[in-house]
Amino acid sequence: MIFKDPRIKSRDITPQDVFAHRRKLLKILTVGSLAAGLSSSLQYEAFALTENNQKKLKAKYNQKYSVKDKHTSFKDATNYNNFYEFGMDKDDPARYAKSLITRPWTISIEGLVQKPMTIDFDSLIKLSALEERVYRMRCVEGWSMVIPWNGFSLLNLLNKVEPLGTAKYVEFITLADPKQMPGLSSSIIAWPYLEGLRLDEAMNPLTFLTFGMYGEILPNQNGAPVRIVVPWKYGFKSAKSIVKIRLTDQEPITSWHRTAPMEYGFYSNVNPNVSHPRWSQSTERRIDGRNIFSSKIKTEMFNGYEEYVAQLYAGMDLRKFY
Amino acid sequence: MNIILVKRIVFVLGLIPLLRLFILGYLGDLTANPIEFITRSTGTWTITFLCMTLAMSPLRWITGFSQWVQLRKTLGLFAFFYGFLHFTIWYWLDHNLNFLAMISDVIKRPFIAMGFIAFVIMSLLAITSNQTAMRLLGGKWKMLHRFIYLIAILAVIHYFWHKEGKRDFTVVYIYTGIIFSLLFIRIPWIKRFIQK
Repeated sequence: MIFKDPRIKSRDITPQDVFAHRRKLLKILTVGSLAAGLSSSLQYEAFALTENNQKKLKAKYNQKYSVKDKHTSFKDATNYNNFYEFGMDKDDPARYAKSLITRPWTISIEGLVQKPMTIDFDSLIKLSALEERVYRMRCVEGWSMVIPWNGFSLLNLLNKVEPLGTAKYVEFITLADPKQMPGLSSSIIAWPYLEGLRLDEAMNPLTFLTFGMYGEILPNQNGAPVRIVVPWKYGFKSAKSIVKIRLTDQEPITSWHRTAPMEYGFYSNVNPNVSHPRWSQSTERRIDGRNIFSSKIKTEMFNGYEEYVAQLYAGMDLRKFY
Repeated sequence: MNIILVKRIVFVLGLIPLLRLFILGYLGDLTANPIEFITRSTGTWTITFLCMTLAMSPLRWITGFSQWVQLRKTLGLFAFFYGFLHFTIWYWLDHNLNFLAMISDVIKRPFIAMGFIAFVIMSLLAITSNQTAMRLLGGKWKMLHRFIYLIAILAVIHYFWHKEGKRDFTVVYIYTGIIFSLLFIRIPWIKRFIQK
């Protein structure tokens, strides 16, 4: 039986998650309210605040690197994800990623660098001015989204650690904690999920160290608290929830390449002329709220970022280096 | 229970997967990628109805009730119905009803070829599922309709290859297990063993 007191209105009840984190919330409100972009007038409402208010990020729109395509809705971009650490189905990450603990979070940059470092999230996000970039995201499965991301070019971080002349590749090692990630019980991938780029790809200004999307800090299911976004490559190259970045002189054996070498190469550039062994990559289904019976759209070379990245692959046979 | 009534109930139940898609569509709950969802859903229901169709004879042997077999046709036609939707959505929305583009995809990709061949054979069985065809084909009818075993095997391979890239085989193994058990049970000495 449910007891109902008519004098208590539902809006007066502190949401359970706010109540559970009340001490943390107060701390954030008093110490970090400016950083969180909160106006001081809101502070008296301390207990009534929803999490949303702490989630906002201030980022300057970068027109040069933003596409004009219609955006995918926040709902679709946060409920249709491949993030196998939380399960294989597209709605698993939205359902199960709540267990991911994103603070405190440190990320270490090591390997062939002059100044290796370990940096915590709050310092990392302040390393450079945040930008908003609207990128196309093309999944290797044949669908695509258009997402406004918030972050800064990865090169800002890489320059800080000063890569050695011998460094040729960058490895991204992501979190693999079975206590937080139920999907790790499956052995599809040899955890942790590992991705990589050639150093010059990683230094390309398009390669985006990402902390937020749609002007909010990253939802857990989208790779919180920090991920990369590499818009000219298939989505799986954009590693999520990164804990370590390692510079090496060996081409990294990336997770999907290791799982199915014939299907997923190290480069995995978006390329309409090179088919996946089991399906064509020449078209894609755009997820932007259009009529569900619309036909597919043509996939562009390097996902439409040819002018920025084609020179990275000059003289290379992209069929061989798929 | 009256077999006619049972058949009607099965018919109504068989429409539920389709009704579900309409309801989800109306509620806007077909995920961010509705076409993929519909394609996969109809594919899964095709294979499910194939399993149910194949289960009718073994159920007769085990229980001794011959009425099970009378549901075979309805179930088989539902398998074809969902297979038809599965194929048509792919042909229409992936290939814009371009016949040559569709065929070239079939030729190039074994995974699609398996599904396509299964669908073509299943269409033949659906066309010949009426009394007239049965009469005209005589003894050949039974032989033709044994091709359901091949359809089931092709469907499982199709499903298996579809999931290969991600190595996400759990559900595929379940269907493979069911289909192979249903085929295995038809081996004469095993059949004799379970027959009532």
